Order: sequence, then C-alpha cells, then structure tokens
Amino acid sequence: MTDLPKSTEKKLGLVIDLDTCVGCHACVVSCKEWNTSNYGTALSDVDAYGAEPQGTFLNRVHSFEAQPESGGCSQTVHFPKSCLHCEDAPCVTVCPTGASYKREEDGIVLVNEDDCMGCGLCAWSCPYGARELDQIFGVMKKCTLCVDRIYNENIPEEDRVPSCVRTCPAGARHFGDLGDPDSDVSRLVAEREGMDLMPEMGTKPVNKYLPPRLKDVPSDAALEPKYKDAAGLFGWLDKALEKF
Amino acid sequence: MHPAPSVIIFTMFSGLGFGLLAYLGLGLPPVAGWVAFGFFTLGYTLAVGGLLASVGHLANPKNAIKAFSQWRSSWLSREGVMAVASLLVMAVYAIALIFFDIRLRMVGLLGAVLCIGTVFTTSMIYTQLKTVPRWHDWTTPPVFLLHALGGGALLAGQVRMAGIFLAMLGFLMVWAWIKGDEKGLSGTTLESATGLGRIGKLRLLEPPHSGQNYLLKEMAYDVGRKHAFKLRIIALVLGYALPAALLLLLPVGHVLALVIVIAHVAGVAAGRWLFFAEAAHVQRLYYGK
Ligand code: SF4
Ligand code: SF4
Ligand code: SF4
Repeated sequence: MTDLPKSTEKKLGLVIDLDTCVGCHACVVSCKEWNTSNYGTALSDVDAYGAEPQGTFLNRVHSFEAQPESGGCSQTVHFPKSCLHCEDAPCVTVCPTGASYKREEDGIVLVNEDDCMGCGLCAWSCPYGARELDQIFGVMKKCTLCVDRIYNENIPEEDRVPSCVRTCPAGARHFGDLGDPDSDVSRLVAEREGMDLMPEMGTKPVNKYLPPRLKDVPSDAALEPKYKDAAGLFGWLDKALEKF
Repeated sequence: MHPAPSVIIFTMFSGLGFGLLAYLGLGLPPVAGWVAFGFFTLGYTLAVGGLLASVGHLANPKNAIKAFSQWRSSWLSREGVMAVASLLVMAVYAIALIFFDIRLRMVGLLGAVLCIGTVFTTSMIYTQLKTVPRWHDWTTPPVFLLHALGGGALLAGQVRMAGIFLAMLGFLMVWAWIKGDEKGLSGTTLESATGLGRIGKLRLLEPPHSGQNYLLKEMAYDVGRKHAFKLRIIALVLGYALPAALLLLLPVGHVLALVIVIAHVAGVAAGRWLFFAEAAHVQRLYYGK
C-alpha cells in the first residue's frame, strides 16, 4: 500500500556537510557503481561514448555561488543531492501501483521495480528532483540509501554504510539514525544547525544539510601596489612598450 | 513540464468523451436506436482513445493493471478505477437503450455522475502537486470540469448549455492564467531550495552534468513568452470565446456545429499544450532555471 506508515522505528538518512564537500563528484561515481550492479535494474546510460551522453544517477552534485549582500567574498558551495527519504513523502502517496513505499522499520523510501509502470508521477511530486525514470528499463530509480549494503553481512563491517558515505574523501557525508536524538548524526545536526531543504513543501525530509561556515571578511592587510610609476630602466621600458 | 503529446491527447479527448457520455446518461439528447449507437460510439472512442494515449505515456505499460490497486491514497489510481467504472456502467445503459429500447434512468444517472467524477479525478492528479504551483490551485478542477461539461454539451448538441459553460470556462481560464503568472514558484527560491539564503544571493556556478537528463527533459521545459501569449489568444478565441458567441447568438445547424467543434478542439489543444508547457516545477531551481 502506498499509504505512509504512521511512524517509523528508525529514521535512517544522510547528513551532508556543505562546509566540507569539495565537489569532487566521487560520491556520484561510487553511487552509480554500487547501484548499477545491485538493487534492481542497472542505471542505464544512453549514447555513453557519443556526442550527447546521458544516464540515470541517484546522486548528483550541483555547485552554487553565494554572494553576501554586504559585498565581500562570494562563497562557492558544492551541493550533493539525493533522495532525502522524506517523512511525509509525496512520491509514495501519489504512486498508483504501490511500487513506491516507505519502510516501517527504518524509514527508507524505495521503489519495487516489479510493480512500477513508469508513469513518472512520483518524480513530478518530488520537489528535489531526486527520482529519475530510467530511459532504457522504464522504471523509476532513486537513492536506496544503499539498503543492500547497510544490512549486508557478507561485506566487512566498515563497508556497511552507503557507498557515497564510504567513498567521500572529505568526510562530507554522514549516515545514521536521525530519529535517535543521541546518535552521532543527530548530534551533528544539533551542533551545526542542520537544515531542511524547501521546508515550505511540507515533506519533512529526514536527510539534513549542514550549512557552510561563514567566510572571514577579506583581509584588510592586502598589500598596496608599491610602485605606481616605475622609474629607471623599467620605467623607460614600460613607456617604450606602451608607445610601441 | 514537458508537453508530451500523449498526455495532451489523453486529458483532452478523455475529457470530451466522458463529458459526452455524461450527457447521454442524462438522456440529453433523448436518442435511441441507431442514433444512440452513433453518439455512444463517439463518446466511447474519445474516452477510451484518451485512456489508451495515457497508457502510451507509460515507460513500463506491462504493469499498468496494477494502477487500480492504490485508490486509497493515489489520485491516479482513483482515476483508473473511476474510468473503468464509468465505462462499464454506461455500457449497461447504452446496450439497454440501443438494442432493447429501454431507458434505465437510474443507471444513466449513476453513469453520468461517474463520468464527471472521472474528470474530477483526472484534474486532481495535477492539482495535488505542490511542486507545480500553477497546477496546485483551486482553479484546476473547475477548469477540467468545465472543459468536459462545455465540450460534452457541444458534442451532445446541447447548444445553450455548451454556450454558457464555454463562456464561463473562458473567464475562468483567463483568471487561472493571470493567477498562475502571479504565483510563479509560490515563494520557493533557490535560496530556500538549498538553505543557503543565509549567506546571500545564489547563482548556479556549475550544473551537475553537462548533458541532458530525465529531470531536465521532463521538468525544466521553457516556452518563449511571446509564443505563450499568442497561444493563449488562440486558445481563448478558438476554444471558448468564438464557440460561446456562435452558440449563444446564432441558430446552429449541422455545418456550423461542425465548425464550432473543430474550432473548440483546436483551441483546447493549444490551451492544453500551454497547461503543461507553462507549468514550472520547483526542482528546476537547482538547475539555475
Ligand atoms: S526526496 Fe523526493 S523521492 Fe525522496 S522521499 Fe522525498 S519526495 Fe520522495
Ligand atoms: S513511476 Fe513507478 S514508482 Fe513512480 S508513481 Fe509511477 S508506478 Fe509508482
Ligand atoms: S545512499 Fe547509496 S543510493 Fe543513496 S546516494 Fe548514497 S550511494 Fe547513492
């Protein structure tokens, strides 16, 4: 049933640190690698080596530039985006086939590809652009929170976290139970004022984003140019070249 | 949103078809025998043709049958259930009327209610989407319903009713366009989408990928402003104003009726194209659009 569970035992999700992310896209690649060969059909590419390559990804990194109103240095922010495993997930309730569902035990939002008819309505209902209809297999794809890693006893314990989290070289992605106020991720969110994306959409996303720390004001100590008008040999050279 | 021909045809023709069937269910016009057969054939062709077009929109149609299962939560599922129920109930009414010359009034009435209900559920598929502020508006269901009531009346030869409904629709449509323009993205901005408004004003520095993808194709469709304005005029004049004026002011014979139907369908096609093309989805913000 595509009714949402009243509550979930856990709220597993990601905390993404926008202060730390360096925009290397390693999580994008590792996510594709893990998920194309595991849960559900592959993540297909079309025209992969041609002039207009495109494909299905569950995680993408946008880069923005924020310009403070006061002037001063602009700040570049790399912004990874995957499904936020919303508590009030509109993508689940709109689904006519029951393919989309939210798990009662851990809150993960998944698509059962055996039921999906590829209508795309769930992607329309997601404010974040976190669902992509696979162009070859015709079924809806989304972040699985690497459900086939986090409980997988066949892989070493340190690998039982989402692929993107395991891969991130900057440690910008954290995984845990956001329903437990004492978990590491919940503490991190509390400490760093973790935020919701588009709170006005009422989706109550589980994933949180940690805002970048504000930059210092550009230093006043920058050196003034020492010589305004060069004299001597360089002065002569300068003038000669200008005329030339 | 991407104005896919399949969804335009689906919403347009199924609306017209269910509208016509609703009138037939109410005994308007009070046809029987072979004339009734002709009317019902038209109604069923439009309604079923529209529904088949919507199946053409699916990327994995082999699971379409499962779409009847989630009526408790999903408007799309409710629409499927309502559509099939309407078609079955109307079939009983039509068969009795055409072949046995019996008018089952209560069955016809129930069929009519179901037909209009189907159009309502179609409209709610769009209305429910908070992510598309232009659709997420009280005007969307009455716009769909008036299309079915006006277009259906036109096909059923209910001249005055068609004229009145299409005139109402014209006014409501203009109102919906203006309101939709004002709404924009309803206060959702790149700043609220990223939470980075606390630093300052944002711009996209680098998109996540240099090529196309499903999200861009499906949800970041751009129409030129001039283009849109012209199409609105076409929709308004051909679809609603001209038919309404002719229906209410002139004595309508068969030839004129045909002209009006053609004008109406052409106008509505332009309007429906705009309904999708002008609908902006909030996720486009992440792409700096
Ligand atoms: S982020 Fe989008 S796809 Fe994921 S649960 Fe929320 S609405 Fe659904
Ligand atoms: S695309 Fe699949 S998962 Fe999404 S709403 Fe349609 S049937 Fe459900
Ligand atoms: S949790 Fe897994 S599926 Fe989700 S973005 Fe990370 S790697 Fe991709």
